[in-house]
Amino acid sequence: MAFLTLNNLLFRQAGWQLEVDARIKKNSCTAIIGPSGAGKSTLLSLIAGFEQLDRGDILIDEQNISVLAPALRPVTILFQENNLFAHLTLRQNVGLGIHLGLKLSNKYKDRIDHAIATVGLQGLEDRLPNHVSGGERQRAALARCICQDRPVLLLDEPFNSLDPALRREMRLLIDQLRRDRGLTVLLVSHNPTEAVEISDEALFLDHGQILEHGKLEQLLENPSTHELAQYLLYPRK
Amino acid sequence: MARSSKRIRPGFGEIIRVCWPGIVSSLFLILIIGGTFSALLSTSSSTKIIDDFGNSTYLRKVLVFTLWQAGLSTLISVGIGVLVARAFARQQSLTGRRLILQLLGLPIVTPVIVAVLGITAVYGQSGILRENLQLLGFSWPGNFYGLPGILVAHVFFNLPLSIRMLLPAWDRIPSENWRLAAHLGMNSRQLFLWLEWPALTSVLAGTAGIVFLLCFSSFAVVLVLGGGPSTTTIEVAIYQALRFDFDPSRAASLAIVQLTICTIVILSLHRWMRVQPISSGLATTSRYRPDEKLWKYRCLDFFLIALTTSFVALPLLAIVYAGITGPLTHVLLDSRLWAAAGRSAGIALAAATTALTLAMGLLFTSRVLLFQFRNRSSSSALQILGSITFAVPPMVIGTGLFIILLPMGVVFDAAVLVIILVNAILVLPYIMRTVGPALLDAGHRYDRLCHQLDLKGWNRLRFVEWPVIRQPLGFSMALCATLSIGDMGVAALFDTSGVITLPVLLYHRFGAYRFDEAAVTALVLIILCALVFLIVDRGIGKWRS
Repeated sequence: MAFLTLNNLLFRQAGWQLEVDARIKKNSCTAIIGPSGAGKSTLLSLIAGFEQLDRGDILIDEQNISVLAPALRPVTILFQENNLFAHLTLRQNVGLGIHLGLKLSNKYKDRIDHAIATVGLQGLEDRLPNHVSGGERQRAALARCICQDRPVLLLDEPFNSLDPALRREMRLLIDQLRRDRGLTVLLVSHNPTEAVEISDEALFLDHGQILEHGKLEQLLENPSTHELAQYLLYPRK
Repeated sequence: MARSSKRIRPGFGEIIRVCWPGIVSSLFLILIIGGTFSALLSTSSSTKIIDDFGNSTYLRKVLVFTLWQAGLSTLISVGIGVLVARAFARQQSLTGRRLILQLLGLPIVTPVIVAVLGITAVYGQSGILRENLQLLGFSWPGNFYGLPGILVAHVFFNLPLSIRMLLPAWDRIPSENWRLAAHLGMNSRQLFLWLEWPALTSVLAGTAGIVFLLCFSSFAVVLVLGGGPSTTTIEVAIYQALRFDFDPSRAASLAIVQLTICTIVILSLHRWMRVQPISSGLATTSRYRPDEKLWKYRCLDFFLIALTTSFVALPLLAIVYAGITGPLTHVLLDSRLWAAAGRSAGIALAAATTALTLAMGLLFTSRVLLFQFRNRSSSSALQILGSITFAVPPMVIGTGLFIILLPMGVVFDAAVLVIILVNAILVLPYIMRTVGPALLDAGHRYDRLCHQLDLKGWNRLRFVEWPVIRQPLGFSMALCATLSIGDMGVAALFDTSGVITLPVLLYHRFGAYRFDEAAVTALVLIILCALVFLIVDRGIGKWRS
C-alpha cells in the first residue's frame, strides 16, 4: 500500500508545467532521475510545500498534506548547500530542529547529543559550519532531520558537492537511518549508478512528466523509453 | 637544466615607464592633500586647538552639537532604514517596487539646497503639512528651524541611502535558508533573529558609519535650517570663521578637529566600510519567505513603504510644483541665472573629468602592479589613496586651499579652479569604487590572455577594458557631475558675487526670502542635474536596456 501518494499533481510556472501521478511505498528509497530542467527539484519543493499546486493532492499515510504550511508537513528536506545557518554552531543548528528559540531542556540536549553521535560528529558540535568540511555540514543537517523525527526524508542532491568517498559514506548513512527509523526517502540524483546503491525504485522525469517508474536496476539495465536511454547514454534502439 | 624560480625584479626605468599615470595621479593628490594639511597645521597647532576649545564655550558647544545632531540623525535614519528595508525585502512582488526604489534614489543626487527648499515648503514652519494639520485641528508645537529641521533634512537624505545600503544584506541570505526556516516553522520574529539580523550585522556598522560621516560634515542643511549659534556645526563654523570673522586660525583649528573625528570614525569602522555597494535593491532572488503573504505583515510593510515614499516624494513634488507655478518668465530672463547655470555645468563636467583622469591613472597602475609586478601592497596603496579623500571633508580641503591662496591675494580670483579641484577630489572615491572592481575583475580574467596575445595599450583598452568599464564609468561620471553641480559648500566659501554657481544663487534667493524665485531656480537646477546625468550616463555608458 502506498505511503506517499502524489495524486494527479499539476504545477505551472512561466510556460512550463509538471504533471505527476505516483505512489511511493513506506520505508522505501526512491530515486528521482532525469535531465536538468525536468522538474526533479520542483517535485520535492511541491512535496515540502515551498510551491503551491495548481491541481491534485499529496497524501502521506492517507492524510492530505497539500494545504499544510511547510513546517506542518511530516517531511524533512536536505538541499545541496546552505542546509545550516552559517552563524550558528552545529549544535545550535541541530537544536533548531527541536526548539526555534533554542531553549533546550536536558531531555532535548540528550536528543541532540544522540543525533550528533548517530551521524558521527562528536567533538565538532561547537564549531561553526564554515569550520568543518562539506561532508560534516551535511551530516549536521542530517542530525537535525533526525531530531525532527518525521517519516519522509527529501534529499535534493545533497551529496553533489562532496568527493566520491564522502558521497558513498553519506549514502550508506542515509540507508542505515532509513532502515533503523523506517523512513521513506525521495532522492533527487544526477547519478543513477550511485543512486542504485540505496534506492529500490526510481522515477524518471523528463519535461515535467514521469516517463518511467519502476525498479531502478531494471530501468538502468533495460530502459523502455528512448528518453531514458538517451539520458543514460545508451545506444538508440 | 635547472630553472631558477626567482622572479626578475623590474628596473626603476621599467617601473616609471609602465606606472607613470599612477605616479602622476598620486603625486597630484599627495600635493593637494599634503599641502592642505601643512597649511592647516602651520596656521594652528595641537596646543592652540586645546586652548581654543578650552577657552571658548561657543566652540565646545559647536563640537557637542555637531556630534549630537549627527548621532541622532544616524540613529533615526538607520533605525527606520532597517524597518523599511525589511519591508522592501519581504515584499519582493509588490507592484511598483522597482519604481519606488528608483524614486528613493533621487535624494542621493538631488542638490542639497534644492531638497532643503522642498523640505521647508512641506514640513517647515508654514509648510503645506503643518497648515493642513492645523486645518484638521492638530497643532504642531515648537520651531522647525534648529535641530528639528536639521533632523528632518538629514533623514530625508539618509533614510533612502540607508535602505539602499542595507537591502543587499537580504540578498546574501541563501534561498535554501529561507526554505529551511519555513520548513522549521519560524515566525517573523524568529526569521529576524536567526536569518536577518546576522546578515544585517555585516552592513549595519558600515551604513551607520557612512551616514554619521555625511551628517557630521553636513553643510548646506545646517547653514539654511540651523537657525542660530546654538545649532551650528563645525563645517558651518569654519565657513563663518573664514567669511564673517576672517579668522583663518580658528577655521584651521576647527578643520583639524573635524578631520580628526572623521579619521577616528573611519579607522574604527574601516572593516565594515570597505565594501559598501549601494544596491539598487532590485535583485529578486527566488525564495520562499514564510511571512511574505501574511496580511498583518503586508499591511505593516505597505504602510512603512507608503510613508517613506511620501516623506521623500512630497518635498520633490512641492519644488517642481512651486517652480512651475512661480515667476518663470522673470527668473528665466535673468542673465545671471544662465551664467550661474553655465558655470555650474562647466564646473561639474571639469570636476568629473579631472576625477576620472586621476582615477584612471591610479586604477590602471594598480592593475599593472597587481598582475604584472605581483605587488599587491603597492596596488592596494594606490586604491586606498584614491579613496582616502572620503575621510577628508571638502570643507577641510577648501579651508586649506583658502589659507594657501590667501597670502597670494588670489583667493577669490581662483574660485572656479578651486571649486573644480575640491569637487574632483570629493567625487574621486565614487569613481574608484565603481570602476575599480570592474577593471580589476577584467584584469583577473583576461590579463594572462592579453599577455599571450600581446594585446596592450590602446588595443587592450578598446577591446578588453572599455566594454567592461563603460557602464560603471558612465554611471559614476554622471553621478560625480550631478553631485558637483549640487555642491554648495566650497562654492559658498569662495564666492564673492552670490551668483558663482546655481546652488549659491539659489541659497541667496532663499536667504533673501524670495521664495518664488528660489523655487524656479531650484527647478532649473533639477533640470540641469537631470540633463547632465542623462547626457553623461547615456553618452559614455550608452543607452541601457
